[in-house]
Amino acid sequence: MAYVVPRPNLTWKEKIYLPSIIAGLMTTLKHFRKMLTGETKVVMQYPEEKWDSHMPEHYRGAPTLVKDTHGRERCVACQLCEFICPPRAITIKPEEIPAESKWAKVEKRPQEFEIDMIRCIYCGMCEEVCPEQAIFLRKDYAITGTTREEMVHDKQKLYELGGVFDGLVHKWNPLK
Amino acid sequence: MDFLGSPDLWMLIAASVAKTIFLIFLVVLPMVSYTVYAERRVSAMIQDRLGPNRVGFPTTLLGFKKDLELPLGGLGQPIADALKFLLKEDFVPAHVNKPYFWLAPCLAMVPSIVVLAAIPFGSTFLGEKMVVADINVGLLFIFAIASVGVYGIVLAGWASNSKYPFLGGIRSSSQMISYELGLGLSAVPVLLIAGATSLTKITDYQVANGWLLFPFTDGKLSGSEVLLWIPALIAFITFTVCMFAETNRLPFDLPESETELVAGYHTEYSSMKFALFFLGEYTAMIAGSALVVVLFFGGWHLPFIPDGSAGWFWGLVNITVFFGKVAALLFVFIWVRWTLPRFRFDQLMKIGWLYIFEIALVNIFLTAGILAFTK
Repeated sequence: MAYVVPRPNLTWKEKIYLPSIIAGLMTTLKHFRKMLTGETKVVMQYPEEKWDSHMPEHYRGAPTLVKDTHGRERCVACQLCEFICPPRAITIKPEEIPAESKWAKVEKRPQEFEIDMIRCIYCGMCEEVCPEQAIFLRKDYAITGTTREEMVHDKQKLYELGGVFDGLVHKWNPLK
Repeated sequence: MDFLGSPDLWMLIAASVAKTIFLIFLVVLPMVSYTVYAERRVSAMIQDRLGPNRVGFPTTLLGFKKDLELPLGGLGQPIADALKFLLKEDFVPAHVNKPYFWLAPCLAMVPSIVVLAAIPFGSTFLGEKMVVADINVGLLFIFAIASVGVYGIVLAGWASNSKYPFLGGIRSSSQMISYELGLGLSAVPVLLIAGATSLTKITDYQVANGWLLFPFTDGKLSGSEVLLWIPALIAFITFTVCMFAETNRLPFDLPESETELVAGYHTEYSSMKFALFFLGEYTAMIAGSALVVVLFFGGWHLPFIPDGSAGWFWGLVNITVFFGKVAALLFVFIWVRWTLPRFRFDQLMKIGWLYIFEIALVNIFLTAGILAFTK
């Protein structure tokens, strides 16, 4: 449908264009001055300054494995996270806990637990699905490496990043 | 013919070479590279960013743990840029017209440097006039050489044998030809007032009678000076607008408007050839600012500061004052670029032919009338 484009009637001040140029120049000069005096503070010098302290509680960074307060690995190698992982970044090789072990009644533990951080999309589904609260998304976001092999986090690396989780497990927590 | 064998000639040649080396290699080319840097920093700060503020050697590439950062802030950036341009692959597309393709960057760079020869960038230093070639038709010489600059762009556009550079070249030729008229005409009132085309004489006039744009700088303000203030102001505005158009700066950067023409006339250029266009543009900016300073801001003159006859120190101060004024104008160039949007091409032509040209023409008669009635 054709329609008439409205042509506004410009005043002479708008027509000679110079006042609006000067107004625009003043606006940019104001920004320049505020930046020069440090009044505007919007830029962060990344490697030296970080936003980490402002990160929200629910931030989803790199997935990690945790141990409980007794030093037992919480993961029981049920492989639910491996199955739910949308990009299939998780590979678990389960093994039976030997009978002489202190935690023999837990029955299973992961022999190998690998997360390919090139594939991981930080969706947090592994954390959500885990019945034992063994896998958590931490706040590490700068996961870098120079080779593909380096980007695959193995069990040792995952526990190193995760550390110890103490406190009530969510499924036994009446408040959650 | 005895002039040829005389020691005067050798003195003249030696002095000219020394002044050329000083002007080009010690002042203008460093100034060009730092104008590029200033452009990046100022644009960044206008947009509430920081711009390039750290430069160093990527020693991690050689296996070291940390990069070596220079404690200069971002001031090493122009050097890094120059190294990058020299080391990049110089790619020449197969379909270009090779001789003209090679000639174009030179033609873009050379005229803007040659223009600087006629500009008096200081009073005197050790008894030597601080101008490479003190010719009595200085302004005409500058306009003549500056108009050669359009060939570089047109040749680049045509030799690239590709549609976007071609369009850029065509736009550039029509734009520069249109605005050269306005540029020449808006300089005429200055010639009328100063009564000379030699840039040294124009500067001398302003030293004696106050700068054209600030006639009170000589300490007194007569009635005729107040009247002449009006045409000087009009001439300054039209001249500066035309200067923006001549140097292809925003809001008149139609030849390289990247939203429409990729990069305009230098789309097909890479490495140092591209850098030459870039340097040519910024050298033209410096030459243009220097010309505006000479015509309207009293050249090297600053009230209460003696000229070079009072000692070599004051000669140096005069040179510094001149390039300080040029730097201030360069800041205005950058400031305007990051404020105004680009004109449409028909608006550009309309401004050039229907407004600037007429205003400059009327301004000549206004100046002549005022001069006829007051002197």
